[in-house]
Amino acid sequence: MSSSTAINAYQPKTRVGRVTNFVDSRVGGSGMVKEFGRKIFPDHWTFMFGEVALYTFVILLISGTFLTFFFDPSMAETHYEGSYLPLRGVEMSVAYASSLDISFDVRGGLFMRQVHHWSALLFVAANAVHMLRVFFTGAFRRPRELNWVVGTTLLIMGLAAGFTGYSLPDDLLSGNGLRIIDGVVKSIPVIGTYISFFLFGGEFPGTAIIGRLYVLHILLIPAVILLLIGIHLFMVVIHKHTQYPGPGRTNTNVVGYPVGPVYAAKAGGFFFIVFGIVAAISAAFTINPIWNYGPYDPSPVSAGTQPDWYIGWVDGALRLMPGTVGSNWDFEWNIPFPWGVNTLSLNVLFPALVPAGIVFTLMLAWPWIESWVTKDKREHHLLDRPRNAPTRTAVGVAGVVFYCVMWAAASSDLIATHFLVSLNDVTYWLRILVIVGPVIGFMIARRVALALQRKDREIALHGRETGRIVRLPHGEFIEVHEPVDEYKRYQLVSFESPEAYAPVADGNGHVSRSEKLRSRASRFFFEDRVAPVTPSELHASHSGHHGEIANTQDRESIASH
Amino acid sequence: MKALSQRRRHPLAAIALLLMALLMVGAIYSAASSANQAQAQTESFSANDAEEGEKLFAANCASCHGLGASGSSAGPSLVGVGAASVDFQVGSGRMPLQMDGPQAQVKPVQFTEEQTRQLAAYVATLGAGPAIPDEEILDASEGDPANGGELFRVNCAMCHNAAAAGGALTRGKFAPSLEGSSEKHIYEAMVTGPQNMPVFNDANISPEDKQDVIAFLKTIEEQGSPGGADLGSLGPVSEGLFIWVAGLGVVIAFTVWLTSRSS
Repeated sequence: MSSSTAINAYQPKTRVGRVTNFVDSRVGGSGMVKEFGRKIFPDHWTFMFGEVALYTFVILLISGTFLTFFFDPSMAETHYEGSYLPLRGVEMSVAYASSLDISFDVRGGLFMRQVHHWSALLFVAANAVHMLRVFFTGAFRRPRELNWVVGTTLLIMGLAAGFTGYSLPDDLLSGNGLRIIDGVVKSIPVIGTYISFFLFGGEFPGTAIIGRLYVLHILLIPAVILLLIGIHLFMVVIHKHTQYPGPGRTNTNVVGYPVGPVYAAKAGGFFFIVFGIVAAISAAFTINPIWNYGPYDPSPVSAGTQPDWYIGWVDGALRLMPGTVGSNWDFEWNIPFPWGVNTLSLNVLFPALVPAGIVFTLMLAWPWIESWVTKDKREHHLLDRPRNAPTRTAVGVAGVVFYCVMWAAASSDLIATHFLVSLNDVTYWLRILVIVGPVIGFMIARRVALALQRKDREIALHGRETGRIVRLPHGEFIEVHEPVDEYKRYQLVSFESPEAYAPVADGNGHVSRSEKLRSRASRFFFEDRVAPVTPSELHASHSGHHGEIANTQDRESIASH
Repeated sequence: MKALSQRRRHPLAAIALLLMALLMVGAIYSAASSANQAQAQTESFSANDAEEGEKLFAANCASCHGLGASGSSAGPSLVGVGAASVDFQVGSGRMPLQMDGPQAQVKPVQFTEEQTRQLAAYVATLGAGPAIPDEEILDASEGDPANGGELFRVNCAMCHNAAAAGGALTRGKFAPSLEGSSEKHIYEAMVTGPQNMPVFNDANISPEDKQDVIAFLKTIEEQGSPGGADLGSLGPVSEGLFIWVAGLGVVIAFTVWLTSRSS
């Protein structure tokens, strides 16, 4: 009551003040500004990819709304009468004709189509990079596990939004993509054909699919994405933002700038920067030139038919899968049942579902896998440098390699033509790499991370090599090491490095099987370890140096240079 | 007539009948295939052309294709390939072959137009084959690009790409980009099927339809890319590469700038 009398007592003197006070006394805006305006966000460029994803999503909503004004998702047959000469009079669907009209006969239409498509590619790319940042810095740990799950779901919804949008123009390329989806769906045992007929309203391609995908693309999926973004940001506010370790940064504070005025200005400006970049790209570079591909017709498949980049890895897995191994082993199994022979097309089912299943399951489960292994249930608001969590980093690199090999396989034909190699050889090599690559990637990444830790340790103890070689009066050559300053050293020494632990017996002196398994996993994670520099080591190395340097006046002067 | 019916159970009657049937099928086939032959020899070469061509052939081609173009282990026989084939292979710079490989590569043309014509005249004398097409059928402005586009997508795009940017085939072979190919070479490629390309004879795609295909190719070549730089017309791969390298690169540059401290 006292607050309301306080507001009533306040009499603004200017017109703006009166309007502001009117609004504020009715919606309580100043309370929100006070709360959010003082929210602190740490400053680091790797923290901005989530923002890029958010902004590209806003661009997608704006440009997509424009496109819905002119797009007609009908599969009725028509003859194109628009201004693009090489297709005039050609029989096509109304959906494709309206896409062409947007491109050639709606003012600004082609630009808006390109803005929409380019920002879609950037949206998923920013999502992916954001998730890589979160993974490699350990930002998914408690209390942020659920937000990591929400983020992964957002990525999956992003793929769904992209794919449904890619299929809408009903050109040859999008139809080829749908045909692959149809094939994958049909390869699901028993229910596959039913799902396919339900999805397409009969045999592929039917006359229903574009309208259905349109509803998913402009209504359901964006609504789910918006909801998830809301949850995602709400949780960010609740959890506060993570920060990189550094002097003065602890698990209980956030060091950075407040939202108001610094971040509000930066973030608002950054939205326009992202929009500007997308607009500049869209103005200068064409994307999905649907007029090249012609109307969809189930018979032709053009060379260079690929999905957009984020579906590429699944297409690549399909390309890598052999139909047969040797002359006898066939992945198409004909299984006799009492009612007849049923076909199980593992050559389609396996590559289409298994790699994506592995990647997404591991991604969703990872926060719990890691906390199970480390027994670490504490809250973490300080990030790890990737080198300080060698096994996690190595797992991430293995995942990236696995993904990228399949991704490359989706462009195997272009690799063959542009690097003048045989398409078959590209496929053989990538088949080997998709299995061996993640293992090699894991080993190299872990070794590199450990080596970087050793280097950090060396620098913390002995300083930076300056490259200055000095000859002492008695003839000895030494290289001058420059000690790092305290702030820098803090970063190099202040990290946690768990050790592998032996299985622990329960109250009855019994060591359970899961405890043994956990201990084995812990050894795998933490056996190879570079111990962080301890204060006593640091002290010893420093006093050692001082002892040496104190020997002669010369050295004292050299060290101070 | 009576004599014929009396001998119908003769032991050799069946063989005679079979022979007659075979002859008939052969005759129909040859009539049909000559109808499919891409045009008759319309361009007339002089006897002198063929003579000069034979000399050029012996000096430049015979080491692989054999004397008299009858073929060897290093190169196929050229009997019956027609003048169009020679005009395409030599005129586009694929022959003489630069090196062994999965497929003949294009290189600078080695013979003058006159010499190419003489070589074509010589090979044409070895056996009937597709001739060099007439000027009027090559006139792209007379064709219907919309019909040509449909034919191109159904017959050509699976190897050459919907935007004629080229594509990969097995074991290092490829379908080249058609950008910059002359009308004559496009037509000759269709009727002769060079490298791994199938033959599209006149029964398969009529000369008028071939003209439409040429009209389509020339239209998309001349109109350029309506939406800006086409990134090689290679589809989503080059687009994805571009957004990851250029798009994300510029974004990262800005993020670094925004979070840098003023010194």
